[in-house]
Amino acid sequence: MSAIVTEMSWRFACKLDELPVLGARVLERSDADGGNVAVFRNSEDVVFALLDKCPHKGGPLSQGIVFGERVACPLHNWSIELKSGEAVAPDVGCTKRFPVKVDGGEVFVDLG
Amino acid sequence: MSNKQKLAVIGNGMAGIRTIEELLKIAPDKYEITVFGTEPHPNYNRILLSPVLAGEQTIKDIVLNDWDWYTDNGINLITGKTITEIHRTRRELTTGSGEKYQYDRLVIATGSNPFILPIEGKGLPGVISYRDIADTEAMIDAAKIYKNAVVIGGGLLGLEAANGLKLRGMDVTVVHVMPWLMERQLDEKAGKLLQASLEAKGIRFMMQAQTEALIAGESGRVAALRFKTGEQIPADIVVMAVGIRPNTALAEKSGLQVSPRPGGIVVNDTMQTLTDARIYSVGECVNHRGMAYGLVAPLFEMAKVCANHLAEYGIGRYVGSVTSTKLKVTGVDLFSAGNFQGAASGRPEDAGLEDIILSDPMGGVYKRLVIKDNKLVGACLYGDTVDGSWYFKLLREGKNVAEIRDQLMFGESNIGDVGHEGNTRAVTMKDTDEVCGCNGVCKGTITKAIKEKGLFTLDEVRKHTKASSSCGSCTGLVEQLLMFTAGGDYSATPKMKPMCACTDSTHQNTRDAIREQKLLSVPEVMKTLGWRTTNGCSSCRPAINYYLLSTWPKEYVDDPQSRYINERAHANIQKDGTFSVIPRMWGGETTADELRRIANAVDKYKIPTVKVTGGQRIDLLGVKKEDLPAVWKDIGMPSGHAYAKALRTVKTCVGSEWCRFGTQDSTQMGKDMERAMWKMYAPHKVKFAVSGCPRNCAEAGIKDVGVIGVDSGWELYVGGNGGIKTEVAQFFVKVKTSEEVLEYTGAFIQLYREEGWYLERTVHYLARVGLDNAKQKVVEDAANRKALWERLQFALDGEPDPWFEFEKARVDTRQFIPIKPIATDTVATV
Repeated sequence: MSAIVTEMSWRFACKLDELPVLGARVLERSDADGGNVAVFRNSEDVVFALLDKCPHKGGPLSQGIVFGERVACPLHNWSIELKSGEAVAPDVGCTKRFPVKVDGGEVFVDLG
Repeated sequence: MSNKQKLAVIGNGMAGIRTIEELLKIAPDKYEITVFGTEPHPNYNRILLSPVLAGEQTIKDIVLNDWDWYTDNGINLITGKTITEIHRTRRELTTGSGEKYQYDRLVIATGSNPFILPIEGKGLPGVISYRDIADTEAMIDAAKIYKNAVVIGGGLLGLEAANGLKLRGMDVTVVHVMPWLMERQLDEKAGKLLQASLEAKGIRFMMQAQTEALIAGESGRVAALRFKTGEQIPADIVVMAVGIRPNTALAEKSGLQVSPRPGGIVVNDTMQTLTDARIYSVGECVNHRGMAYGLVAPLFEMAKVCANHLAEYGIGRYVGSVTSTKLKVTGVDLFSAGNFQGAASGRPEDAGLEDIILSDPMGGVYKRLVIKDNKLVGACLYGDTVDGSWYFKLLREGKNVAEIRDQLMFGESNIGDVGHEGNTRAVTMKDTDEVCGCNGVCKGTITKAIKEKGLFTLDEVRKHTKASSSCGSCTGLVEQLLMFTAGGDYSATPKMKPMCACTDSTHQNTRDAIREQKLLSVPEVMKTLGWRTTNGCSSCRPAINYYLLSTWPKEYVDDPQSRYINERAHANIQKDGTFSVIPRMWGGETTADELRRIANAVDKYKIPTVKVTGGQRIDLLGVKKEDLPAVWKDIGMPSGHAYAKALRTVKTCVGSEWCRFGTQDSTQMGKDMERAMWKMYAPHKVKFAVSGCPRNCAEAGIKDVGVIGVDSGWELYVGGNGGIKTEVAQFFVKVKTSEEVLEYTGAFIQLYREEGWYLERTVHYLARVGLDNAKQKVVEDAANRKALWERLQFALDGEPDPWFEFEKARVDTRQFIPIKPIATDTVATV
């Protein structure tokens, strides 16, 4: 008998309360590991994690304005979907997304 | 079986399809959509048939939505069939061949039909109108075999047809019943100039000529045209372009109310027919508030409103359009909009109109601007239409032009512009020339996007290409490219321009509602004004936050999450994600102690670049976000607000303390102004300058408020700008004492803070409300001036320095501390 095993390596990031509502914080990661990750919280307390790099010119998305399920990049105002990392049309591009879970008020991110 | 509602659209033209496109954007899954089209083509840009006839474009170029678009969006397209009956009580459509279709809602977009002169021979082979692809192809085919073409009608379409046929090698005669061409768009002078230039292209004209009959030749095809005078001219093809009539036959037959004159299906402001609320109508077949529009521009506005209502948002209203005309004949530049005849029309209601006319018949240039009550109400341009889009904008916005009246005729480019090598004529630019200097967008990229993506409005071009989306100085050029490529800029009337796509509320509406209803939070504003989105977007939220802050100081609690990063981190973000720090140096003066602290911080935090700014301050670039609080603390100087929509620098010259020419102590004046107003937020950045004598070394002429010391006191200038568009500040008032300088400056700035729209600099604010308006409220009305100055002082009293009073300034310090991920046990899920 065989089973499909998915390895999830959850990292504890912070408590949910430590993320600003409609904001983000930076989860530090070395460039060798792929660079910083932005952890977002929207007004519905949904948490998302994206690579902290806009697909356009690498702007730090963690510094953008969060609205709905999107963030506006602070450099040139591209809108990025927090769920998928996709740029909102007509812009084209995608930034890496990371699985997130909130468990007992604590935020975990799977950095792979 | 889908339980979606059924939406049927009769008419596969620009109006009908645009409505669907708008609908798909906001409610993609609401309807099962069926489109009926009589022509066997997908939706194409009808206005570009003339370039096709002229051989400049092909049918393929002008298709807006190809067959795949219909399939991809799940739209059922039925072409080559005509709906002959609408059974309204059964909500059922019947085609000519007897098929029946049900609908829940119906959009009638049947457009217009060409008007055919009721003369003998009108039905002969070779007699056509100019309306669709079939007509265009008939003309192209005729030009291959025949020699003589006659166009009846010297209006826009007739002349474009004549030009196309001429280019295809035919001998063309235009027959026109009026004394000059395009009399509905041009005055006599421009009409005559146009005729001369078309004659130079080889087109013949028969003016004030009435056609009596079309005569058949031996083959049965048209061979000649006879005038009422009995004169006859040869004609192998006759194009009738004498006007259009709304196509309302189906609507009339179905019992919908149709206006007898000027024709059209009568609709209300939500584009629903007056007779049946389930039936909408858009485009040229419509009569709205007594107007039937024969041009394409208004249908985009109609389509948006109609889609909005179909999606059950029910907030948009169509309130009519102002239209402009441009002839698409290469080599002929012509533009007209509004009341182009002015007082010359002889109509009693036009008696009070003023004309500004430039006439250079030898140079082939003629311009007439019509002004009423200091507003531009009409423009007629011939030979040089570069400023057409600018005039049209002034006209639509109803801007007061009193202050630029003496330069108005010479166009926008006369008023200083940078970023695209001073180019003002998009047509003469090469495809590789840069139009948008901010985003590096070339002309070719823009025209390609307009063509390939079917863009029609400035906003769409901005979204797709980024051109004109940053500083906006190339907007005029982009508008011209839209005109040449798509036939016009179909942006909605800016008077009604909503703040952003989240809402239909304008900046002014929002400001007014906040004040009148005493709204005190961003969510409250959005709820009251019916925002469509949960928490707005990066464009409206900062604006609302500012309006709340400036309207209700001490009561509204600032929302940092509605601020742009610079105002959240109190530093300026750079392209690599680091920040810059500019401490405040009062009036541009510093000390050895301050410089030492700055030098030490540069060493300690390894700050890579130190630069002297244009505003007499020092900029530390490349500071890591984590280091910001420590850098501020070590430097120990106040925030320079160089990152904020707030008072930035106060530039001063050394003044009478040292300078042998100085008449006033400008440095002290500058310091006093800066200390009095440094913590204020504003709609946009604010810069001051003070010079001690008219030599004006502090460059006060390009600041929001510029103060110039003279022997007898101080002169104040307002609304200057040294940025994208160099704007020279205008004289505001002369005062005697430095206390008065503070009071007048403060009052003016407070007026701007209370009335300005977010991201509107003082120069744009003044252009909108008029300098006289500001003078009345600040200079002439002493009580109001004092009240304004007091309100500013009240708002600023006890305001924190965000670099040192984090809590009071609501600075979220967590942002300066990155999170380190902590590994947990690896969990395997099976």
